[in-house]
Amino acid sequence: MSSTVEVRGLAKRFAIGGLRGRAYVHAVDDVSFELRPGTVTALVGESGSGKTTVARLIARLHEASEGQVLFQEGDVLRTKSRRRLLRYRAQVQMIFQDPFGSLNPVKTIRHHIERPLRIHRIVPGAQVEERVHELLRTVGLVPPEDIAAKYPHELSGGQRQRVAIARALAVEPKVVLADEPTSMLDVSIRIGILNLMIKLKEERQIAFLYVTHDLASARYIADEMMVMYAGQIVERGPVEQVLAEPLHPYTQLLLAAAPDPAKRIGDDPIEPSKGVAAAAVDPTDGCRFAARCPIAVGICSQVTPALVEARPGQIARCHVTAPSPDVAAVISS
Amino acid sequence: MISVVEPSPFGARRPEAAVAGSRGLRVLELRKLVVDYRVSGKRVRAVDGIDLEIRQGEILGLAGESGCGKSTVANAVMQILRPPARITGGSILFQDEDVTAMSTDRLRRYRWNDVSMVFQSAMNALNPVMRVEDQFLDMMRAHRRVSKREALARAGDLLELVGIEQRRLRAYPHELSGGMRQRVIIAMALALQPELVILDEPTTALDVVVQREILQQVQEIQRQLGFSVLFITHDLSLLLEVADRISIMYAGEIVESATAEQLAKQPRHPYTQGLLESFPPLHGELTRLTGIPGSPPDLSNPPAGCRFHPRCPYCDPANAGLFARQTTERPLLELVEPGHEVACHLVSGGGA
Repeated sequence: MSSTVEVRGLAKRFAIGGLRGRAYVHAVDDVSFELRPGTVTALVGESGSGKTTVARLIARLHEASEGQVLFQEGDVLRTKSRRRLLRYRAQVQMIFQDPFGSLNPVKTIRHHIERPLRIHRIVPGAQVEERVHELLRTVGLVPPEDIAAKYPHELSGGQRQRVAIARALAVEPKVVLADEPTSMLDVSIRIGILNLMIKLKEERQIAFLYVTHDLASARYIADEMMVMYAGQIVERGPVEQVLAEPLHPYTQLLLAAAPDPAKRIGDDPIEPSKGVAAAAVDPTDGCRFAARCPIAVGICSQVTPALVEARPGQIARCHVTAPSPDVAAVISS
Repeated sequence: MISVVEPSPFGARRPEAAVAGSRGLRVLELRKLVVDYRVSGKRVRAVDGIDLEIRQGEILGLAGESGCGKSTVANAVMQILRPPARITGGSILFQDEDVTAMSTDRLRRYRWNDVSMVFQSAMNALNPVMRVEDQFLDMMRAHRRVSKREALARAGDLLELVGIEQRRLRAYPHELSGGMRQRVIIAMALALQPELVILDEPTTALDVVVQREILQQVQEIQRQLGFSVLFITHDLSLLLEVADRISIMYAGEIVESATAEQLAKQPRHPYTQGLLESFPPLHGELTRLTGIPGSPPDLSNPPAGCRFHPRCPYCDPANAGLFARQTTERPLLELVEPGHEVACHLVSGGGA
């Protein structure tokens, strides 16, 4: 299947510190992947791993330091044409984590959904109202006439997130970047939002990027999964395969740490980590996970591992579990 | 209550608590507790007549969604409710002593000596311009007569207990990660060897890996020291792993109480069932989940009868007899098997 968006070698460096002792956080480093129509691709990792930055780079909310984002007729990161940029923005929409902060408190719900319809001239003026109602119905907000007249504070968190989704859908996007869309919602209504995303994926063939730290929800809605650590993708593959047989020790750690009603805490304790966060600040050669890794060998702190397809469709960045041929030769000798 | 004179101000308080099998003494008991918020003449009943009991050495989980009143319960136990919130009924007994009747002086000793609390996003509770050691000193010397040296030694031990190097006592909060700050707060909560530690969403703001590390540590320390824990969270999947017993709160009421095993195996209340149905599984078969339709009620105008009935899949006008009870009669907690209580008309006879 052809891809909708192709990300190639994407990188973002943020400068930190003052004039003296300036350092760079490699928030995103050499990230490549594709988003395909009718597919949910999950991007998981802990806070600070760079997963949100990836979504924001694709949405062009940050300027990338390096790399390309290919969409239809070319690289959207380099495009100078305002018209093309507007068209790109209409087709690539973002849903944010905080449904309380992403709606204007003094405007009605109707206003929020009308605006993109008018700005991007999706439907003739006379049909705007009808389309607003249709969108509200699509995201399960009924009766739409009542909801449209309300203000954000009159809605619950789950309803607000549905409004944010309706607004994103207004412009008939091909791609939706959803940044932790359920993490601020109550447990009992999260599933509703996830089910809505599945429905939209199936009915509208939207390509979703689902950014989350929750492996279980990623398994629930995603087809493909990418695991990020310290700015790099460390594992990628079909979601069931990655979760059933994770290659990268970091994926294994995430899996062991995820809440699981089937076990008792302390049954299967994880190792307390020694040193974490600094891995993406002015990184040197070597694996960024090496300091926390239970299976690291000598080469891990010297040579940066490449992404290697160790099993069909499953790619990992690990010298031990997914060695490249030349590294395998070094390790075995 | 006369405090026992001990050789060291932080000496082991009750070594017998660490012995297995001593579980059973009641540490905290809530009886028909009612907490109201009065906002411009309107009354919002955040906690509506709940009963809870925590025994020595046990971890009691209290689960529910935002606005169900679970944090209000914690604040009531600590006696830190602020107007417009007020206890308007029932009692809170700490080792059979009525907390609501405590003098200001007694309350000062009760808080932190007897019961301590780790708040939601407690990692922001540290003073940003004070070193960690000074914050320990402040807290300890406000409650106990100790020399600076003794207090610092104790603080160092506590930090090690929660997995932080002693030298970090000299650090400022911004030099620590979120997980480390949360551990510092937990160490402080343990400093005076309280009987009961209330953890209110202690790990919600943290990453899964850090969350698990901290919970493992808390459980280990709890086993060592034998204190009781009231663990409040919206994350039922987490409680099933951590807690001994769990109470489920909905709209100001407890709708189900059981051991973690009972709840995992056979949840009886449709709300509990819905909550459990809201967590997609990490392993095994994957089916389309439904969650719970609708959203929690507005507590200034809660539904009549069973408060869950507007969202309940078993509430059907076609079943007229049951429907009438569900929409008019408030269900009471009833014992369905030893240790397992449910407040639901389906369970109390009427047939599902």
